[in-house]
Amino acid sequence: MGMPSMSTTHDKRETRSLPKAPTGIQGLDEITLGGFPRGRPTLICGSAGAGKSLLAMEFIVRGATQYNEPGVFMAFEETAEELTQNVRSLGFDLDQLVKEKKVILDFVRIERSEIDETGDYDLEGLFIRLGNAIDTIGARRVALDTIENLFSGLNNEGILRAELRRLFRWLKDKGVSAVITAERGEGALTRHGLEEYVSDCVLLLDHRVVDQVSTRRLRVVKYRGTAHGTNEYPFLIDETGFSVLPVTSLGLQHHVSNERISSGIPRLDAMLGGEGFYRGSTILISGTAGTGKTSISAAFVDAACRRGERSLYFSFEESPPQIVRNMRSIGMNLERWLDKGLLRFHSSRAMLNGLEMHLVTLHKLVEQFRPQVVVLDPVDSLIQAGNQRDAHIMLIRLIDFLKQRGITAFLTNLISGRESAESTDVAISSIVDTWIFMRDIELNAERNRALYVLKSRGTAHSNQLREFLLTEHGIDLLDVYVGPEGVLTGSSRLSQEARETAAALNRQQEAERIERERSRRQEAFEARIAAMRKEFELAETEAETSITEQTQRELALAADRQAMARSRKADSSNGSNISLKRQKAVKGVLTK
Amino acid sequence: MKKTAKPDQPLSLEEIAATRPAPGDVWELRLYTAGQSPRSMAAFANLKKICEEHLQGRYNIEIVDLIQHPQLAAGDQIVAIPTLVRKLPQPLRKIVGDLRDTEKALVGLQLRPAGSQEARN
Repeated sequence: MGMPSMSTTHDKRETRSLPKAPTGIQGLDEITLGGFPRGRPTLICGSAGAGKSLLAMEFIVRGATQYNEPGVFMAFEETAEELTQNVRSLGFDLDQLVKEKKVILDFVRIERSEIDETGDYDLEGLFIRLGNAIDTIGARRVALDTIENLFSGLNNEGILRAELRRLFRWLKDKGVSAVITAERGEGALTRHGLEEYVSDCVLLLDHRVVDQVSTRRLRVVKYRGTAHGTNEYPFLIDETGFSVLPVTSLGLQHHVSNERISSGIPRLDAMLGGEGFYRGSTILISGTAGTGKTSISAAFVDAACRRGERSLYFSFEESPPQIVRNMRSIGMNLERWLDKGLLRFHSSRAMLNGLEMHLVTLHKLVEQFRPQVVVLDPVDSLIQAGNQRDAHIMLIRLIDFLKQRGITAFLTNLISGRESAESTDVAISSIVDTWIFMRDIELNAERNRALYVLKSRGTAHSNQLREFLLTEHGIDLLDVYVGPEGVLTGSSRLSQEARETAAALNRQQEAERIERERSRRQEAFEARIAAMRKEFELAETEAETSITEQTQRELALAADRQAMARSRKADSSNGSNISLKRQKAVKGVLTK
Repeated sequence: MKKTAKPDQPLSLEEIAATRPAPGDVWELRLYTAGQSPRSMAAFANLKKICEEHLQGRYNIEIVDLIQHPQLAAGDQIVAIPTLVRKLPQPLRKIVGDLRDTEKALVGLQLRPAGSQEARN
């Protein structure tokens, strides 16, 4: 028969993918890969005030409200009224849930002073109470908070231990997902060794105060039959209850976008291959104090809002109105984006809370507002809120979280002028995609801002230093003057430029002068030529005149001679021939 | 560490008067059981014996079977079975266990042995 083999394979699969009961608590289900073990007990241990009761209560309330799993909460410490009040401050309306028969609260009080023990007993009363409550509303979840209190109410530890063992087995048989809270013991997880009985899943909550900043942490000590995150995860209790970080088990599998978005500064876009940043990338702006980190962030946000994208601006140093005012002074109107609901600020002093609080707030706001762009200004003040290692881990988680959602992250980082930026920010720089560096250039008794792109993954980017100008019309980037005197900015650049202009003018004037000289010389030359020609012509004329006169004289002479000869009646043959030739030559000159 | 039981507060005169049952005072006792378990049966037998010896004619025993009436467990904050509750006279007392130790049971009920009580009356 094929049936038995089929059922075994089915069983195997069942064990591999252990059924889970989701807690509905942000982050916790990710760490436990789905929640607490379904139909089995989970032990939550921690010292007083660590948040055990709240976690147990949230498991019940969220089970009832989000997963349609009614639950029984059995309190061994607080009264039902106290309990209702405590969780109401966290936004849960227990009364309503009780009325709707989704939750049953049972308060077990054992007044030691009015109880005596004689002889044998068991805890059947508790079983019956619990069983009755479970059956009344068809509960799928049970919380026992803090069942160890039985040990202070009853004497016979032997009986108690045996009965607790029986209770946990009974809960398993009932198929309810149970949460049992227990006080942390010295050198052991729980004071009364409950971890011996509840060993399917054990969570440890911790509340530490380090450097006067309180941090809550959670660790999955044990989770039989399932993979789970083993780190200590910070968690937070605020007005919406429990939140655990990280929200996701982080990986590097996020979707990568090829879309490019503008930085809001055309010249900066040009430096980044002409198109700006990649969407979903992480940009770090490092710079010394007053180099314009906030302004460049605001420009980026402004550009995002112009594109109709939602932007979330976390400011750890300035208040929102202050930023809005300051940006107005450089011609940026952020108020309209606030009014349109495209821009949201969140300002809080970094020192005010622990890192966890900031992180969780951030996660929450990102979940709520769903921005495309997130600015953290400045990110290093978070480091003040925790130690550097914590902050680093937190930043990595945060960046991965934003990356996974395809959100472009814009971080600013204040660096002290003396340190070398590259060495101080190794931690952060390795996880950012684009790193823009802003610095002062101090020269001739003035400071000017300069900007360059230190790295930009996946884009051709300029290696040039640019002068960064904040004008009342906005941000502008200018080429810096690079010459034999080094890099010049500000008024040095201006004066250098003026000097260059003057020099150029000089050169031009010189050229003009030479040109004038040349033409003058040419004119002179031509004038001389004209004069010489005139002279020559004059001489020519004179020469001709004298030749003509000579000829005429000769003609006259010849005529005279002929007349004389005629008068003397001399032989004319020779003499007349010569004189005829002469007459012709003279005539030719004259007719010319 | 386990908390030690709080020492009993000194009783006021009224309280002392109340704890000392006057002749004719009726004791209201309630025994919580879970079905017909041997332990429950033993507890009832032991209780019956104590009452007959020390409170003859001045007691009522009510048996509450939680298996039949589970909703009644919360009222008297019952966790352990069997539990005997002294409703009257005031103040309320609880004795957990099968009452096999009569001395302890008497102390728990704050009931003086019949001999001494009758001597005073």
